[in-house]
Amino acid sequence: MLHYDLVVVGGGPAGMAAALQAHEEGIEKILILERADTLGGILEQCIHTGFGLHYFGEELSGPEYAGRFIEKVYNTDIDVKVDTMVLDISADNVVTAVNNFDGLLIIQAKAIVLAMGCRERPRGALSIAGSRAAGIMTAGTAQKYVNIDGYMPGKTVVILGSGDIGLIMARRMTLEGAKVKAVCELMPYSGGLTRNIVQCLEDFGIPLRLSCTVVETHGKERLEGVTVANVDEHLQPIPGTEEYIPCDTLMLSVGLIPENELSKNAGIALDPVTGGPVVDEYRETSHKGVFACGNVLQVHDLVDFVTEESQLAGVGAAKSIRGSKPDSDTVQTKGENGVRYVVPQKIHRDTDADVKLYFRVGRVFENVTLCVTCGDEVIFSRKKRKMTPGEMEYVTLKTDTLQKLPAGSTLTVHIKEA
Amino acid sequence: MAKKDLVCVSCPIGCAITVELNDAGEVVSVTGNTCKRGESYARQECTHPERMLCTTVKVEGGRLPVVPVKSASPVPKELLFACMQEINQITVQAPVKIGDVVLKNILNTGIDIVATNEA
Repeated sequence: MLHYDLVVVGGGPAGMAAALQAHEEGIEKILILERADTLGGILEQCIHTGFGLHYFGEELSGPEYAGRFIEKVYNTDIDVKVDTMVLDISADNVVTAVNNFDGLLIIQAKAIVLAMGCRERPRGALSIAGSRAAGIMTAGTAQKYVNIDGYMPGKTVVILGSGDIGLIMARRMTLEGAKVKAVCELMPYSGGLTRNIVQCLEDFGIPLRLSCTVVETHGKERLEGVTVANVDEHLQPIPGTEEYIPCDTLMLSVGLIPENELSKNAGIALDPVTGGPVVDEYRETSHKGVFACGNVLQVHDLVDFVTEESQLAGVGAAKSIRGSKPDSDTVQTKGENGVRYVVPQKIHRDTDADVKLYFRVGRVFENVTLCVTCGDEVIFSRKKRKMTPGEMEYVTLKTDTLQKLPAGSTLTVHIKEA
Repeated sequence: MAKKDLVCVSCPIGCAITVELNDAGEVVSVTGNTCKRGESYARQECTHPERMLCTTVKVEGGRLPVVPVKSASPVPKELLFACMQEINQITVQAPVKIGDVVLKNILNTGIDIVATNEA
């Protein structure tokens, strides 16, 4: 059996930032386990720029952002095993992993950071009629084909879902000579950033069809076309609005799901809204010594926020290893009136630092007041001109405010409309 | 006199901006923006719009068949496809490091195309 102070599962931006932060806090024996053949995670295929504006104050591409952390990791004595799959985490924090060089690895850890990221919602999760023709794939799969493997997966494309990956791929395919015929979005608003709507669709005259979905795919061996239809306010297709669009490729950009198979097997409590573990202010899960950060915890819009959250988990893991982490009773957090969820879900009453509450709203709000209350007491309130589901928001609560909260209380984040 | 409607991309609010241009294509007025960043975005967008160009270049002898590249600074928007044509004609030899210039002064814009990953 191998012994490490900290084992980090996943070598993307979250895992690297957590490992580096724990290293900076003085933790000595750290191991990163990564399934792919390099560190970097999904950033390796995100070749567009826009990463790092918050954290580095400059606009980097995905590989450049990852590259800065990869270099730092290899300049420390943090151990890295790539091409390595973690199979299990036990109740007493023994990690079981496997690869081609070591065979089976049994590792006793004092603390573990879960940083497995998320997966795209696949075709099987949608009920679209049609056979399993080639040419139907998630936008992220198409991104890997084009940007890593260097080949084009199709010539005429329809994209379902207006999330940022779908928008980015609309531009990428167009630049490489494909014809993107339409981006269809089920909701009456786009889930993507305005910047991407303008620079990935409008720049190239690609139509964005809101309240519209794909109801059927056509073709047996290879996709030949799709039928799209407008949807009503209950998101149901409206008969008579069907339109056939010939295409050889359908890309899906219909949401991301935190990858928590390992967490579930370990019996870690998950939040039904985020799909990630329930955590405290240092991102410790319901399983003592096991932390979670990045997209495995909650799907982020910006990698800069992933880095920040993961550094917090790294500090938490270091405190946990030393036995200096806050361990009093906790207050709960929850979202109400338009706020879908709040992370962290609980905060120790003897917490030793300011805490940022991260949350998302369920629909578009304009000219509202964002409030945090505890019982009848208003702890925080601020006017907001616009809030959208596509943008994660946060409020910062001061340590002394948190320490004064009554035992067993609940902090509620909610929206007050005028 | 011509009018142009834009959605500002400087922040998530996405103000609807209207720009008035005279016959020489010069900006006469900018309305609808709620901050200074909106005005400068609108002026830039109406007079000489620019975009970062990110794509890939073929590599020989590398771990992967392509390496990602970007324009070192934004290129004029109307040259995006012409730049793609130039970039798609070249092949680079591994090893490549982040920041290596793979194509100098593309289309005489004074802008280099640089690698954004190792290969």
